[in-house]
Amino acid sequence: MTQAIIAHELVKTYPGEVRALDGLSLSADSGMIFALAGPNGAGKSTTFKILTTLSRPDTGSARVAGIDVLRQPERVRQAIGVVGQKTGATPEATGSENLVMQGEIYGLSGRALRQRVNQLLDRFDLREAADRPTKTFSGGMRRRLDVALGLVHRPQVLFLDEPTTGLDPDARASLWLEIERLAGDGAMTILLTTHYLDEADRLADHLAIVDRGRIVTQGPPETLKRELRGDAIQLELEAAPSDGRVTAALLALPGLSEILADGRIVRARAEHGASAIPGLLGALEREGFAVSSVTLARPSLDDVYLRHTGHLYTKHDERE
Amino acid sequence: MTPLRHTWQVTLRYLRALFRQPAWIGITLVQPMIWLLLFGALFKSIARIPGFHGGSYIEFLTPGLIVMLAISSAGWSGMAYIEDMNLGVMDRFLVSPIWRGALNAGSVTQQIIIIALQSLIVAGLSLTVGGRFPNGVGGVAILIGVATLLGASFASLSNALALVVRQRESLIGAVTSVTLPLTFLSTAFMQQTLVPHWIRVIARFNPVNWAVQAGRSAATQHTDWNLVATRTACLLALLLTSAWLATRSFRAYQRSI
Ligand SMILES: Nc1ncnc2c1ncn2[C@@H]1O[C@H](COP(=O)(O)OP(=O)(O)OP(=O)(O)O)[C@@H](O)[C@H]1O
Ligand SMILES: [Mg+2]
Repeated sequence: MTQAIIAHELVKTYPGEVRALDGLSLSADSGMIFALAGPNGAGKSTTFKILTTLSRPDTGSARVAGIDVLRQPERVRQAIGVVGQKTGATPEATGSENLVMQGEIYGLSGRALRQRVNQLLDRFDLREAADRPTKTFSGGMRRRLDVALGLVHRPQVLFLDEPTTGLDPDARASLWLEIERLAGDGAMTILLTTHYLDEADRLADHLAIVDRGRIVTQGPPETLKRELRGDAIQLELEAAPSDGRVTAALLALPGLSEILADGRIVRARAEHGASAIPGLLGALEREGFAVSSVTLARPSLDDVYLRHTGHLYTKHDERE
Repeated sequence: MTPLRHTWQVTLRYLRALFRQPAWIGITLVQPMIWLLLFGALFKSIARIPGFHGGSYIEFLTPGLIVMLAISSAGWSGMAYIEDMNLGVMDRFLVSPIWRGALNAGSVTQQIIIIALQSLIVAGLSLTVGGRFPNGVGGVAILIGVATLLGASFASLSNALALVVRQRESLIGAVTSVTLPLTFLSTAFMQQTLVPHWIRVIARFNPVNWAVQAGRSAATQHTDWNLVATRTACLLALLLTSAWLATRSFRAYQRSI
């Protein structure tokens, strides 16, 4: 499998000692959806600006679609589609006018361009809005137009900087479907940033969490969650046990940790929650406890995010 | 081929935005009338000063006014750039294969169209209030030509400045502190022999004055073709330099983001 995006040790500083990127490296396989998440100011947009040839790093190197970003920016620009954090449409122009101009910039014209524009208007449900100035668009329509603009020339690599920020749940869900469809046939690589971890969970084949200009953890969302060690198990007993008996019974079981009994509620962590439950129920039954309910919570990406961005702050503080 | 297509697309984008603002069209039409009538009335008696030999003051004023309107419209060109930067449109263009020169050339073309329209309005109005153009259409065409040359340079410089300062306030400050003084340090409203010596010295290096002199000479009697040719050449050189600078300034902008 080839790499559609490779960034190596990117460092970028802005005036005033702002170190936006502090040695960020990443690599995305062709055809995958790669998501970047991280707090405000973490350096996500800065990474995008460098990879899309808008700005240059102080040091480090990058290749997009196999082309060196610093040496051949003109060739990179032909190969990529970019949807910035801000909308990029001209407010006074209509949806179609925006799309036509974008196509002309990329060398499309005539019938081929008209067909492409119509196709995109249909696909992004912009048909009715095609002849209205984009300043009259709703937030959802504007964002759909932004994505359509990025796709006019059928890029190999698509950059989406917070594509769904500010959208209502419906609009987000429909944009998710579109993004999934784009990546579906494996012909396009998508790099996206998001503040919504459910979005990353749903869309990303690979998630990198960025903090203070570096990637602090990365991997497929499933792996990241599994690495957190421990689903949360919560049991409710029919009657409150006497002190210590439940804890003692459960401590004997392998693979359980953080056991906590509080009235009728018992909490524990298990690396594989689902497989730990039968043993757990059996042990409680043998000791004569009746269980009225069991819930199992998988670790979420929020846990992953908090753990990595949260920890890092203390590490940094110690170092400084 | 591609540079031309890109330039046309950028021009079209600006023109669309412009012509969809009825208020702007109204202001563009009314402004020349106000200036012409105001200055015409205000400075009417200048024509009676001993030593003034430009015929009627309206005739003398028209070329100066055309040049003044050209730069006062083109000077603001960079505001649209700043708007585009704030919207994110500029970044979308800069990550696309668009020819950088087209971003300036398109903006300049739009300014040229505005200037040509405004100048025609002024010339037409001038005729109705007693002005004359002894050299006919050709003379007026040269006058409008030099005004657009100067306006195109101002637009390019304004665009370049916008890319460097990136802030509305700074651009407004720069434009207002340049256009008005340059206009009054020229012979736009006062005959050369009647202004103080030091202004005459400065005016020699003032591009606004080059355009006023060349335009006025071409449009009125006793045309000094040598003067027209040299001033036009200077304006052309200025335009090429400023267009180059405006295109180069994208690098400065990209370094700052
Ligand atoms: N043009 C600029 N000039 C100066 N500092 C900048 C500039 N652009 C970004 N920065 C700084 O660089 C750091 C990283 O910013 P960046 O925009 O990459 O963050 P981000 O992860 O995209 O944040 P957000 O989630 O808020 O979009 C921030 O501290 C920001 O203030
Ligand atoms: Mg950002």
